[in-house]
This record gives sequence, structure tokens and C-alpha cells, in this order.
Amino acid sequence: MIRLHEYQAKRVFLSYGISVPTGYVAFSPDDAWKIALEIGPPVVLKAQIHAGGRGLAGGVKIARTADEAKEIASQILGKRMVTAQTGPEGIVVKRLLVEEAVNIDKEIYFSIVVDRRRCKPAIVASPAGGMEIEEIAKLHPEQIITEPIEPIAGIMPYQIRRLCDFLGFNNNREEATHIFTTLYRIFVEKDCRLVETNPLVLCKDGSLIAIDAKMSIDEDALFRQKDMARLWDITQSDPSELEAQKHKLSFVRLNGNIGCMVNGAGLSMATMDLIKLHGGEPANFLDVGGRATPETIAKGFEIILNDPSVRAILINIFGGIVRCDRVAEGIIKAVRQVKVNVPVVIRLAGTNREEAMDILKKAPFKFSVMDDLNEAAKEVVKLAKGV
Amino acid sequence: MSVCVDKSTKVVVQGITGREGNFHAFHCKEYGTQIVAGVTPGKEGEEVAGIPVFNTVKKAVEETGADASLIFVPPPFAMDAVLEAIDAGIRTIVCITEGIPIMDMVKIRMVVKAEGVTFIGPNTPGIITADEAKLGIMPGFIFKKGSVGIMSRSGTLLYEVVDQITKSGLGESTALGIGGDPVTGTDFIHWLKLFEEDPQTKAIFIIGEIGGMMEEDAAEFIKSNVKKPVFAFISGRTAPPGKRMGHAGAIIMGGRGSAETKIKALREAGVTVVENITEVGKTVKEKVGKG
Repeated sequence: MIRLHEYQAKRVFLSYGISVPTGYVAFSPDDAWKIALEIGPPVVLKAQIHAGGRGLAGGVKIARTADEAKEIASQILGKRMVTAQTGPEGIVVKRLLVEEAVNIDKEIYFSIVVDRRRCKPAIVASPAGGMEIEEIAKLHPEQIITEPIEPIAGIMPYQIRRLCDFLGFNNNREEATHIFTTLYRIFVEKDCRLVETNPLVLCKDGSLIAIDAKMSIDEDALFRQKDMARLWDITQSDPSELEAQKHKLSFVRLNGNIGCMVNGAGLSMATMDLIKLHGGEPANFLDVGGRATPETIAKGFEIILNDPSVRAILINIFGGIVRCDRVAEGIIKAVRQVKVNVPVVIRLAGTNREEAMDILKKAPFKFSVMDDLNEAAKEVVKLAKGV
Repeated sequence: MSVCVDKSTKVVVQGITGREGNFHAFHCKEYGTQIVAGVTPGKEGEEVAGIPVFNTVKKAVEETGADASLIFVPPPFAMDAVLEAIDAGIRTIVCITEGIPIMDMVKIRMVVKAEGVTFIGPNTPGIITADEAKLGIMPGFIFKKGSVGIMSRSGTLLYEVVDQITKSGLGESTALGIGGDPVTGTDFIHWLKLFEEDPQTKAIFIIGEIGGMMEEDAAEFIKSNVKKPVFAFISGRTAPPGKRMGHAGAIIMGGRGSAETKIKALREAGVTVVENITEVGKTVKEKVGKG
């Protein structure tokens, strides 16, 4: 999933005729000052990071003057922001959205996702807007409405009537209808995995405005969503995860000290689970994919060893179409290229396993080569603990 | 007996002249599968490993009597390939392609449901009936004809389980990957019904993972509809919420779809859940007996 920044999603909303607060993106405190003057204070400053929970983390502030806007911008820009969703390392704020403050009468939660169980898109909405949907689900589950949409028909009028009744729209049904159907159009036309506005607000003057905007694009659809692909801000992602992605590896950083390199996502997770079962903590998820080549394995080592907390590595490959002897050659080639300074436990199974074992046992580097996955997991846990 | 595919299944490979299609068509044929035709638009008249290539699926079906399709077409053209196969009368489709846009799969799913097509995948290793027919990319030699029916959301984890089941002496009836994407053509319940009816299958193994509600739904179905012994392994117990673990489908969202809730639901339905992946063969062998 490719997440867009709020200001980018708002531009898409606006281009489809959905009202959003007037605002512009600032890259510096001077930008913020100029924008505040142009819009006319008071203005709201919102940190643009790919994570929710900004409000509580001090990423959303009101400025009553242009000077105050500049002052606040200088405090937030360049600062690492840690929210409930960023993880302890946080994300550096490089862009601020500066926009007009709006007089709010009522806040609505509204989103569209693909409902996996029904295998079709669904609207999820609540009159308890302003908080995260997880929170609403926990505190007021009866205040959530779900409307599955038949893709060949689109949103039907009876569903809009039901939504309006539930959300308490009485005098603005026409505008609500426009917003609901338009957001669904955006969802379909831009290949979204998520379209969300929280809150969608009813203003004191009776108009409806999307105060917040979130869009995540289906990365599998980027081949036909070139405009959306260009909006992707890569500075928001973990550099190791990006590097892995470039080499068609799937990598997720975790908090333990045992590096894992496995082929296939399911087997990778199962290997991590096994390490944990034996009292160890995986440092990462790394799926080298169906075609583990010497190059991908070398890259895998490099990415794992970038993490200084790694104390030992477990390689678990089930050779199918990929032959184990080729994987073994890859491992040896990789170890020559990359300086590996932690113990490595290897378990290979499947096609040409015996040949692979021979190659690894003759190698100048001392690997722990194991036949049995259970023993291999126990061994790597022991090695990581330095026992 | 077996499930879905067997010796008599006649297969057309869509995308047969591509690198993947070419390679795997050859290996499927070598396994004993009746690969009767290939399709690549504009390449009619060519041959791949002795398999005739046609421009359209319709022509391939008319000329060879193909009744199943194995698809290796790249994501931008996958929906087109699937609908072409359905239009030509194919009712069993195995789609290996990885990376199909989710909204394309939503539409494909609606069509296959309406037309009564069995659609395996996408992002699957395929389906295999041991010692009879292989429609997929799995290593054939780890399978051995036997009594355990296996379904999985993951590829290499399927191989790991199969390897242990084969070594235990039990062997497999039919094994398949339903696909690693959030929207797939079939779910576990579809295969539970077929394995329950299949006389060759004596035990059923479900390989699930975090994300979605498919395992919970399977558990509910098993309670009143499955009499054969069912086993399961769920991967992703250590995966943190909100992080996608490789498979587009493997993600815990808003507290739903965690390994714990799936394991609990399956156990309540009388399913034997194996916690240590290396103890799969041993556990099934102990419970099912001599094989």
C-alpha cells in the first residue's frame, strides 16, 4: 500500500469537487508565514507524516497570527515525531499543511475499504467522528455502520438514505449524497485500498467539509495509476525496507536480535514463530522470494547486518524449483562479498539438499548446517544468547 | 478419487511462451499432467515442449478439448486472461500470477461465483493431485499419493507440511494453495466440502496465517459439517499488528485476524492445531494412525 500525505489526498478530493479547507503545504517556517498571511489567520498547522495519532503527539496546532504560524512551524519541521503508530524511532516531519480553521458543528467518520470477508468494497461510517475508528469500535461499537457496495451497481439510494439517517444528516442530504458517491468514485478510479475522511464536518453554516483526508493506493495497481505513484513520498519509509523492496525482497524490521532469511512469506512467519517458541526474538521478517539467487541472498545478508542488534542469523530455505545447491553457492558467494561477523545457522530442505550440504560443509566459513529445522531454531537461539 | 484435478484433466497454459509459463508447462507435463495446449496471442503455430500454441483460449479448447486453465499472464493482463478462459467454457482456473490489483480480483470473484467456476489463486503455488496431475509451480517430487488433503494460504509453508506428511508415510490426496492475496477465488470452506466428500481423503490439513477471517469461518463450518479429522497450523503468531508480512493478505488490522483468535476458534471446533511447525508430520501420523 502506498500512503498519500493528507495534503495530497485533499488535492485529489478537491479535484473531484469535494470541499476541503483552503490550505497549502509548507516546507519551511517562511513558507508557513506566507501561507498564513495569504489565507488569513487563524490557521491550523498539521504535520504531514504517514502515521495517525498526530494530534496527541503535538503534530496539529492552531496559530492566531502569521508570526505564530512561523514560530510553530520552526518547532515542528525537522523534528522527529513519535505517535502511537510510528514506532519508538518516529518519523521526521518535512512538510506541514497550513490551512484555514473551520467552525465545526458536528464530526463524522467516513471511510471506504475492501471488506475481505465479503470480497467487495464497503463503506464504514460513524457519527462519532474525530477519534480513530479502532477507538470508536472499542468504546461505541453500536455507532458504526457498514454498507457493502456491489461493484457493478455502485452505492444505491437506499444505502445513502440509511447512511444519512444513521449519521444524522437531515437538511444536507444532497451534499452528503454528493460526497459519499464521489468518495466511492475516487476509491474505484484511483485504485485505493483506503479512502478516509475523519472528520468529515458539518460546519456552523450548514456546509460539509472534509477536514482530514487519507488515501492509500493499491501498489499492485501502480502500473495504471502513474499520477498516484508520483505522489509517493519515500522519505516516510524505513530505508532498509525500501532497499529490500528495490531488490524484490520483502523485509520488515522487528525488535529482536536473531536475523531471519527464509523463502516464502508463510514459511518466514512460521520460522519466526519457531524461534519465539524456543525463547528467542526475531530481529526481522525477510522473505527472499521464490527465486533466491546469489544476488538476492547477498542483499539479504547486507540488509540483516545493517541492524547492529543482530547476534545470530538463521537461514531456512525450502528448495522447490530453486535448487538447494544453487542457494548454497549463493550463500558462499554472499559471505565473500559481505563481511558476516555473527554466527550463521543454515537449514536447507527440498531439491538437491545433499549436494548443498556438501558445498556448505566444505566452505571456509564456519556455518552451523542442520538437517532438522527444530534443532536449527534451538541452535540459533542459543547462539544469539551467547551461551 | 481425489479433488478437483486428476489424470483426466486437460490443461491449457495461458502465457505459455513467457519465461515462467514455458518452464512450468514443461515440468507439469513431465509430472504426468495432460498439458494439451498453450495460449499466447500472436504466437499460434509455435510449439513449447511439444505443446501446440494457439492465439485464443476458444481455439485451444475447440482443438484440444482443454477443460482447465493454468495462468501465468502478468498482472495488467490477468483479468483479461481469466475472463477469456471463462468465455471459452473453462470451469477450473489456476492463476499463479502475483500482484493482481485488488479491485480486479473483486470483479473476477463476482464473475467466477456467478458462472460456477473454480478459481484457485491468485498468488498461489497451484493444485496437485499426488501422482496424477500437477497444475502449478510446486516441486512434484515431495508429494506422494496418500490420504491427507491439504490447503494453504502460503506456498513454501505448503511444501514444508507436505514434506513432513510424505515422510510420515501418510502421503497426500490433493494439495493446493488458495492464494496469498486478500481476495481469492475460493476459501477454506470450499475445499473442506470437497475433502469431506472425497473417499481417498482420510484427514484434512489447513495451513492458515494471520489476516482476514477465513480460518474463523472455516472453524464455524467444521463444527457441523466435517466429520473427518482436521489439523491446522497458523503462521504469524509473532507478527506485530499493522505490519504486512510479505503476503498482501497477511496483516493484522484493528486487532482482527490475529493468530490467537484463529487458533482459539479452530480448537473450539475440534481441530488439532499444531504449534511447532516441525511437529506436523508426527502429530498427524499419531492421530490418524498407520496410513
